[in-house]
Amino acid sequence: MQILLDIVSWVLLLAGSAFALIGAVGLIRFPDVYARMHASGITDTLGAGLILAGMMIQGGFTLVTAKLILILIFLLFTSPTSTYALANAAYSRGLQPLLGGPEPDPAALEAADPASAIPGQAESGSVGSVSGEDKSS
Amino acid sequence: MLHAASLGLVLFGTWLLLSGMYVPLLLTLGVVSCAAVVWVARRMDVVDHEGHPIQLGWRALIYWVWLGIEIVKSNISVARLILDPKLPIHPVLVTLKAGQQSELGQVIYANSITLTPGTVSIRINDNTILVHAVVKAYAEDLESGEMDRRVTGIEGSDPPQLLGSR
Repeated sequence: MQILLDIVSWVLLLAGSAFALIGAVGLIRFPDVYARMHASGITDTLGAGLILAGMMIQGGFTLVTAKLILILIFLLFTSPTSTYALANAAYSRGLQPLLGGPEPDPAALEAADPASAIPGQAESGSVGSVSGEDKSS
Repeated sequence: MLHAASLGLVLFGTWLLLSGMYVPLLLTLGVVSCAAVVWVARRMDVVDHEGHPIQLGWRALIYWVWLGIEIVKSNISVARLILDPKLPIHPVLVTLKAGQQSELGQVIYANSITLTPGTVSIRINDNTILVHAVVKAYAEDLESGEMDRRVTGIEGSDPPQLLGSR
């Protein structure tokens, strides 16, 4: 029984770590601050949630588990609030999000609504120039 | 008064969980400090339907379960986007209507949007929310209005009273 619990908790811990890592990769790959918030959202929700769930199974029915649940609840209330504050601050300072695809793929643009792609974005072309723009801002 | 009593109970429950030492002296200190916090909170006028929303009740629990499932689904979807070598993102800004009657309901809706990866709420105006979505499909999901309806549904049985009752 103990070995089964250990296996389940390790699966959860590893899956949570994987999602946290994916969030970090997304933080680097996504082009601008607004898109990067989506990547950090993965680390905040499923990454942290799965790791906490894995630790709860290790803790069993103890006060430690109750504290872990409290941590999860606080995290689920505070992280969207801070993300909103960050997004709102960036937007209030006039930082415009990059809209449309960073790499204008004709098929993707056709599938989506063409009107929503900003002409300036379509000209900027490759991924490299978009990330260059981001650094300068 | 109901809010104050409920806040006191929640505080003391939290205190019991965090302390873990159940001897008479510490329990007494816990009761006293919880009462002091409730007194200060009442003086600050933050013990109301917004600071301590007990009116949401069990409907909020059902909503959280639904939201949890949505969060897991959108996490997997955004993780796929990140790992895709072509990075097929297509960010859009959309303005959504928030059908909630109270400010608390709007906050719950905006936070739920932010909690699901792929969509972030940027600004709340009177009753619209500006949302950044990393792929157009996520914005369309929100525009279908299911989350909006569900948040409106948990808002409490008597919404008109909630608005500006302070």
